[in-house]
Order: sequence, then C-alpha cells, then structure tokens
Amino acid sequence: MTARLSVTLKINGAERTAAVRPFDTLLTTLREDLALQGSKRGCNQGVCGACTVLIDGRPVRSCLSLTANCVDAEVTTIEGLAPEGRLCAIQKAFVETGAVQCGFCTSGMLLAAHACLQSNAKPTADDVKRALSGNLCRCSGYKKIVDAVLLAAEGGI
Amino acid sequence: MSAAIATAVGASLPRLESLEKITGRAQYIADLNRPGQLHAAITQATVAHARIKGYDTREAKAVPGVVAVLTGDDFPDGRMGAFIKDEPPIAKGKVRYFGEPVACVAAIDEETARRAARLVRVDYEELTALLTPEAALEEGAPAIHENLASYFKVWPAVCGGNVASETELSEGDIAQGFAEADVIVEGVFETSAQAHVAIEPCGALAEVDASGRVTLWSANQSVFRVQANVCESLLLPMSKLRSLTPRVGGGFGNKMEAHVQPMVVMLAIKTGRPVKMILNREEDFEIVRARHPFKIRMRTGAKTDGTLVAREAEVLLDCGAYGDDSPGVLGYSLLMSRGPYRIPHVRAYGRLVYTNKLRFGAFRGFGNPQVSFAGESQIDEIAAMLGLDPLDMRVKNMTQPGDRWFCGGELASIGLAECIEKARAASGWDQRASLTASPGKRRGMGVAIGAHISGLLGTGAIVRVLEDGSIVLNTGAVDIGQGSDTVLVQMCAEALKVPVEQVSLASPDTDGSPYNWGTTASRVTYTTGRAVVAAALEVEKQLKIHASEMLECDVGDLELRPGGKIGVVGVPGKEVPFLHISLRAHWRSGGPIVGHNTWVFNKPTLDPKRAAARGLPFPQIGVYSFVCTIADVEVDEASGKADVREAWSAVDVGRAINPGSVEGQMEGAFVQGMGFALTEAMVWDGPRLANPTLMDYKVPTTLDAPHGIHTIIVEAAEPEGPFGAKGVGEVGINPVAAAIANGVTAATGVRLRALPMTPERLLDAMLEAE
Repeated sequence: MTARLSVTLKINGAERTAAVRPFDTLLTTLREDLALQGSKRGCNQGVCGACTVLIDGRPVRSCLSLTANCVDAEVTTIEGLAPEGRLCAIQKAFVETGAVQCGFCTSGMLLAAHACLQSNAKPTADDVKRALSGNLCRCSGYKKIVDAVLLAAEGGI
Repeated sequence: MSAAIATAVGASLPRLESLEKITGRAQYIADLNRPGQLHAAITQATVAHARIKGYDTREAKAVPGVVAVLTGDDFPDGRMGAFIKDEPPIAKGKVRYFGEPVACVAAIDEETARRAARLVRVDYEELTALLTPEAALEEGAPAIHENLASYFKVWPAVCGGNVASETELSEGDIAQGFAEADVIVEGVFETSAQAHVAIEPCGALAEVDASGRVTLWSANQSVFRVQANVCESLLLPMSKLRSLTPRVGGGFGNKMEAHVQPMVVMLAIKTGRPVKMILNREEDFEIVRARHPFKIRMRTGAKTDGTLVAREAEVLLDCGAYGDDSPGVLGYSLLMSRGPYRIPHVRAYGRLVYTNKLRFGAFRGFGNPQVSFAGESQIDEIAAMLGLDPLDMRVKNMTQPGDRWFCGGELASIGLAECIEKARAASGWDQRASLTASPGKRRGMGVAIGAHISGLLGTGAIVRVLEDGSIVLNTGAVDIGQGSDTVLVQMCAEALKVPVEQVSLASPDTDGSPYNWGTTASRVTYTTGRAVVAAALEVEKQLKIHASEMLECDVGDLELRPGGKIGVVGVPGKEVPFLHISLRAHWRSGGPIVGHNTWVFNKPTLDPKRAAARGLPFPQIGVYSFVCTIADVEVDEASGKADVREAWSAVDVGRAINPGSVEGQMEGAFVQGMGFALTEAMVWDGPRLANPTLMDYKVPTTLDAPHGIHTIIVEAAEPEGPFGAKGVGEVGINPVAAAIANGVTAATGVRLRALPMTPERLLDAMLEAE
C-alpha cells in the first residue's frame, strides 16, 4: 500500500481535499475520491478526450495529469460548467442542435468547446474542428457538435 | 392540430436525457458503486490455441486484498451463444484466442485485482494456432470446437470441422444468367476487422441477495440478452437473475451479446459481495468483439444496355473463436448481396470459419457494408465498361414497387427512387465534371445505394396511466445513445394526444419490462414503436369505456382530445380528463388502466416458389429502408491520402419520428463508414492484436470528418410501421465505403478492392497505374 498525502485542490471554485497517492491522476481523484464522475475514462491514455477538464482555463486530459501537480491550479470540470444550474451557452447549444447522443464524450467535448470559445469568440468551423480534434465521438460524426459550438459563438442561444 | 400534437411525432425534440448528459450527471456503468463492492480484473491467455492442463493461483491469492481468484475450473459447464451454444463464460479446458480471459480476480480495489490477475499461472499444452479462415479450412487442421456437432443451434445449421456455418441462397439460374450477359465483371474484395470503439468501454456490476438472487447492471444493448447469456453460461434459472442498465455510452453491436457479465456474476456469487469490472481500452479491443473481415468473390453480369442479369457472391468470413452473432451476419450478408436491384439470376454462398482470434460479431450494418462495398463497386465497373452514368445505371436496375427482395421478402414501401433523385440534385452530380481539385490533388464523386432490414424478433410495450393521469411507458428497449427513449415517448405521446412531458419512460429491467430482444438490427423504432402504438390504443379503449360510463354515452361517440382528455364527438366541452378517469379506475371501478402489446415480426424471408435456401438464419426478418449516398472525394497525389470533402446521404425511413435524431444516425453512420473505408483496421502480429489502442487504431476525428454531411430524409411510409416509420440505425453505413471507393476511382482511375483504402495502398495503386 502506497502512502497517501492530503492535498487541497481548487475545483469548480471550491476547495476540495483528497488523500492521494503520488501516482494518482486527476481523473482518478475526481472520480473516485471526490465523486465528480462527469469526467469519463474512455482510454486512460490521453487519446479519446472524454476526461478533458480545464486547468487554469486550458483543456487538459485529466487521465494524464497527476493530481499532486494540480494543487496550485484552478480546475474546472463538467460539474462546474453550470453553476447553480445555470446552463452556459455551449451546453444549451449542444441540446438545441442535437449534439448529444450517447453522452459519454459530451463532458470532455463541452469543456474543450468552452476553452475554444474562451480563446476565440468568433471561430470558423475549421477553428472549432481543430479545437475539438483531440476529443473522439463515435456517435455523431461531429457535424452537430461543430454546429453547436458555432451556434454558441454566434450568441444564437 | 394542437400544440401538444405538433411537438410529438415529426418534431426534432432534444433527447429527454439531454440535461443529465450536458451536466455530467448521466450515470454509466463505471459510475455505479455498491456498498462493500469488490473490483475485478481478468487474466488473459498468452497463447492462441491450447489445452489448459492446470492453474497455479497461489501467488495471486496471496496478494493482500485479494478476495477470490477463479479459473475455468470454478465455473459450471454452461455455454452461451446467440446462434450456436459454443461459448463458455470463461476459457474452460481450452484456450481459443490470444487474450481470452482464463481467470478472474476480485479484490478490494482495481489496482490490487489487476496486480493479482497478472500472477495467475496457467499450464498450457499448445495446439496449432489457426489465424485465418484458410488455415482453419486446411486438411488436418485441429478442430477449434471438437464438440461442434453436439452443440445446440437455433437455426438449421450446416456446419462441421471448423466451419461454423454454411449458407446458400439462390434465385433463377445462375449459369443461364451469366450466359445471357454481354459483359461480366469479376473480382475479389477484402475488408478488414473494424473495432466498434464505443467511447465507453464495457463493464458490469453484480450483487447477490440473501436468497441467492442476482442483480446485474451492465453496459449492454439488451438487458434480456444479458440475462439469457449469463444464465445459459452459468446454468442459472433465468428467474434468478435481474438484469438492469444504466446509461450506455455507445453500442454499435459490441454490447448486444455478453462481454464480462458472466465472470462478474460468478465472482459475486462466489464472494457474496458486490463485484464490479470495467475493462480498460486494450481489453475492450482484445476480448469484446469486432466486425468480420470478409473475403468476397463477386461476379456481376449485364446486357450491353446496362440491364443487370446475374450476380454471384461467394463470401468467406472469419468467425473468430466463438459463434456469437456470426451465423446471422453470414446469412444477412448473403441476403443483401444482390443489393436493391432487379437481378433475375442470383447465387450467394458463404462460409463462416472458426479461427483463433477474438469472436467477431454484430456491428452496425451486420455484414451489409462488406457485401455492399463489393457489389456497388461492380455496378460502377460495369457502368464504366458500358459508358453509362453510374447513377443512371442504378436507376435503370433498381428495385421497384411490387418487386420482392432477394429470396422473396415482401417490400411494402420503397423510397429508393426518391433517395436517388434527391441526392443527385443536392450533390450536383450531373455537374460533377466541372469540379476542380485542390492543387496536388485529384477529385471525383462516387455514388452507392443500399438498403437495410428492420424488424427481427420479439418486443413489447406496457403503457400505464397513473392516478394523476400522467403516463409511464415501459418497453425494455435500451437506449444506447441513438435516441430511442425519446422516439418511443414521442410516439406514445402522439398516440394518446398528450404533451411529451406527460409521458415518462421506465428504465429497462428484466423483472418489470416486457421482453425486448434488443437495440440491434435497426429495430427499436419499428418493432417497439409498433408495440407502443398498440399498447397506447389499448389504453385509449379502456379510457373510453370509463368515459362512456362517466359521460353516459356510447363508446363509439367518444374521441381522444389533445391534452389528455376523452370527449364526446361534436360536443365541445363535454369531456373528462385522464386524471378523473384514472382516479375512478384506481379507486372505484374497473381497476388501474394498463395497456400492453407484444408481437414478433412474422412475414417470411423466403418464398420457396422463387428461391432456394440452405442454412438461412432468419426465417422472418422485417421491413426495408433505402439509401443513396454520394461522396465528393479528393486524393493527394503525393501521399495517396483520400479525404471526403462533402457527402450527401438520402435515406428512406418511412417516417422520421424525430428528424434531428435521424440526421444524427445518418451523420454518425457516414463517419463510421468512412473510418471503415479509409483508416480503420485491426492488425494482428501473429496471434496477437498489434493495435489495441486508440493511438494505433485510427477512428476519424473532427479533422477527418467532413462538416458537409448532408442528410436528406425521404418518407415512403411503411403501411404497418408506427406512424409509417421503419429503421434508420444501420442503413446509412452500408453504401459509404463503396461510395468513397467509387469516388476514389472517379478521381484517380484506380480501383482498390481492399479496405481500408490507406494512403499506402492508394499510392501504390496510383504509381502502378502510371
């Protein structure tokens, strides 16, 4: 048994404490220690993007990020995207355009899309595709997901 | 029409469960936990074909935190299988593929379980590994299933040796057909194993109550098939196992039959504690199932005016180690090998051969994308030989109203002509000569058409009116992400003329839901939808009987009114709401209102007067959806890389209950088909899968998929379909590889007969052609 150390993380604007092992990834800590299960484990190798969270506003694979390295960072997960139930534009746009199918990639997609719009308020379809290229979806063919991000950018929602 | 009706059938309503999915609250199997739960892991075989002489589990059992280590010796002698009961719950006595689970471990956490699983030692007596169908067919090859002859089979199987199934279908006289042909094309086509890659890996969670009854949650496409598979393989009475489902993160066929559920249930029984197992991505690639690699020898003959007269298809399927859905895939691929054409002389023959690879099984399209790739490539080849436009060639020969499907199936609705016409117009097909390629690239447009059948096997629905007049619909159909929950609720709401919000859906549960074979074969909208409409009609009848007594009038004078009321025809205001009727039914007279319906598709696949069949797996199959897909393709001259710039898919779905979801199915099917066509292939290095990771197995990303995927919905109403609907889940993928291949040929002059059309293959072919 590896010794655990207590770390305090800033997640979705609140301080959360967890006892973690040095090799625990942020994904494991979120899902298993903090009951934040919206981040999904699709491959655990940093390829599928289902575990994407924001660290200091940047989209990051939580399955490749060690929890111990995140203590000074602001972490945003899907659970933090709609504080007090107020959906953000990108969430509403996903519903409106039918970009949600099985939902397993959706959390990661939403966070990657959110980061995309934060860095580029008026993206083109190609900009959106580049921003989401690290997030796999097997259901949608991506069209409605890209449309949703464009809709949110247009402020049409 | 009231607003309530306008928002039900035909409206692109967002998924009912959208909110939980966009806020991260949707629970999938990996998100479920039970108090005192153990975590499980598997030990995988390190040989492809061997007798198991013994196990040494001492070291694994000694790991602190390990609660149980089970091997094949700890499992009963049951066997499961959708067509052939040939598959044990875990390797037992024999290993049949590299990576097959040979032992499983339950421990206090996943890490401990995985560590212990690596310490299980197995003593093998190796046998010759048969890694291709050809090797398995060789004289003297060892039998992969020595007891195949004695296994129970659910259809009139033709099998023996390593041949798991042999099927032959024919119409007309194939020799005469080719004798009448002026031109004949012949070729051998090969397709690769495609992995489903649902973004959610497979997993299960089981617990046993004090009486020994099992509750099992798992990622699945049918709680009922899970129940059947676990109980068959573990020799449990089906009533002793309750199968449930959380949300499912994509299916495409891989979650239809069993994956880890039997092992997880056995661990829960042996330990007396809840046990959970979630596969990692590599395991999901290595042990679940995949699309069959096909070898197809196809011949097609036509008259000089382009009239098709004969087609012959001979297919060889790699079954992998266990039968699973494979005999169905073989038979279905042959049934679809004529394509949606009038061809008087057809022969389709195929063999399914056991090999020492993971089982192949159901995957969206079910053998149809493979044969469509061959068949639709040949239509283009003939058109080119005769100097005909490929689309004109298809229009000339396509199936027409009044025709029968190959072997005699009745076609009650055919929207194919409209699909072709609309895709042709939308894509600018007739102006394609004026398209210009990007610098350094060649560009061309390709077309393919296709069909798919929806309707198989048993289904049901229960509609209940609660005390307050709200409705609960229970069908047992698992929504695997495609949107059936929403579509079924829309149909129920429409049938009862209530707002969608007034209808809730019960989660599939083998204890409480009516039987539903599964979310597979494009069947839920059509088959379960029919049951929903019939059950709602039963509710309407019961409501009217109450209302006739309450309003003191004849039942025949009553009508369903929007918003959940029964009223007297022609007398506005004389009506009673469901609420009052239901209160009366619950507390005073008649009993609670419950409507139900179950049925099974019962029209024959085969008309013995028209066709002959041997080893046909589906005696009754279903109704026909149609598709025309056009792809605008560019090929890089330097790298050989093919890209789809834009695509058009026109699909006849009978009636789009939720057009947005139909588009979602068509767009997703196109991109999955594009992966099959261009990039996806499971590759074996000897017996071992060489690319079981998403880094090495290439599914399309946003950068690969065209944003311009245009879905055109055609609605040729199916007479007995719910509101005219038929299936949409699979039809879209069938023509994709052929449309892209035909586009590649139009662009480069080169024809590839092997998938995927990788840059390497294309470049080699282009260089050779020069």
